[in-house]
Amino acid sequence: MMYFELLLLGLLVICGITTCLSKNLLTSLIIFMAYSVIMSVIWALLEAPDLAVTEAAVGAGVSSLLLFLTLRKLKSIQRKEEENEKKP
Amino acid sequence: MKRSLKELFREWDADRFDLSVSGSVPQKERPSPLPPERYDVIPELEETIMRRFHRVVPVLTFLLGLTLSLFLIMTVLELPAFGSSDSPVFNEVFTRYVQDGTEETGAVNTVAGVILDYRAFDTLGETHVLYTALVAVLILLLGFEKTDPGIRTPGYEVIRQDPVLTTCAKLVIPCVVIYGLYIICNGHLGPGGGFCGGTVIGSALILAALAFGFDSVERFVNYRTIRVVLVIALCFYSLSKGYSFFCGANGIESGIRPGTPGRIFSAGLILPLNAAVGVVVSCTMYSLYSVFRRGRL
Repeated sequence: MMYFELLLLGLLVICGITTCLSKNLLTSLIIFMAYSVIMSVIWALLEAPDLAVTEAAVGAGVSSLLLFLTLRKLKSIQRKEEENEKKP
Repeated sequence: MKRSLKELFREWDADRFDLSVSGSVPQKERPSPLPPERYDVIPELEETIMRRFHRVVPVLTFLLGLTLSLFLIMTVLELPAFGSSDSPVFNEVFTRYVQDGTEETGAVNTVAGVILDYRAFDTLGETHVLYTALVAVLILLLGFEKTDPGIRTPGYEVIRQDPVLTTCAKLVIPCVVIYGLYIICNGHLGPGGGFCGGTVIGSALILAALAFGFDSVERFVNYRTIRVVLVIALCFYSLSKGYSFFCGANGIESGIRPGTPGRIFSAGLILPLNAAVGVVVSCTMYSLYSVFRRGRL
């Protein structure tokens, strides 16, 4: 169990650093979602299940979704149909 | 040529001003109504200064981050060990909560007893902070819709009937909603409460809106229901716990008996307060998504 926790903490650090360093905003957002999921597992291991549920729902779910929508508003990501229309 | 900030913002909102970072939209393909001299307003001198500035900024940011994290790590190393008896949180407040909490509040879950009975006034503030955030987002994103109705891209409300998504959503959404209700109703018996359950139900609503379109969700969660339910929940919470504002932390004898600890209908006002918080949180989550997605509730 000890090694599992250490593995999770290491992954957490890696996720945090790659979120900052990634050039593509979409990639860093997805890595940030992974960060939240790992964080919720850590909360569950620390015997705080209510925090784990909240972290999984807010951190990985709602806030990432809102950030995705913001990126779409800023035209950083596009829907597939719009891209296909532009190609020909 | 000089433009005011408001004009620039209006252009950006009307999709005429490209802020793309990853460069997925080539600049030249867009029919730009702006005169071409917009893009070379920066003189050469200013450009060199900006280039040097951009070379220095990462180094400074790295140094600042390093210093701050060093301070944080030093603070963490100074903290007392987890659960040690000489830590400052181990005092008479803690003893009172653990020894008399269940008897006084009727909640088996001491955390729920603390946040919704002893410290209910804090939770009142937190709930209102959520509501204020929602109102601020509405002010920011609803205002431009009225002044310029033609700015939204068409087709944003088209339902994409993706078979995988719809089938999975049909299977998952009832389970998620029941799980959220379970978390809310068991807030005083086990880990959970209004905030967790509210976010779970809110994400179920968002999933429904994603899979079946806004129209099907709007049949039971629309602007009117959200408004009414939010105001009722906030008023109920404020009326039942806002008296701390006038009489300090001592509280008033409510007359509601705690009941048998361990039953669902026990713990006095904690269950209804949990329900109110859950309603506020789930409505806020769904409305934030709706406003971000299509510009209205």
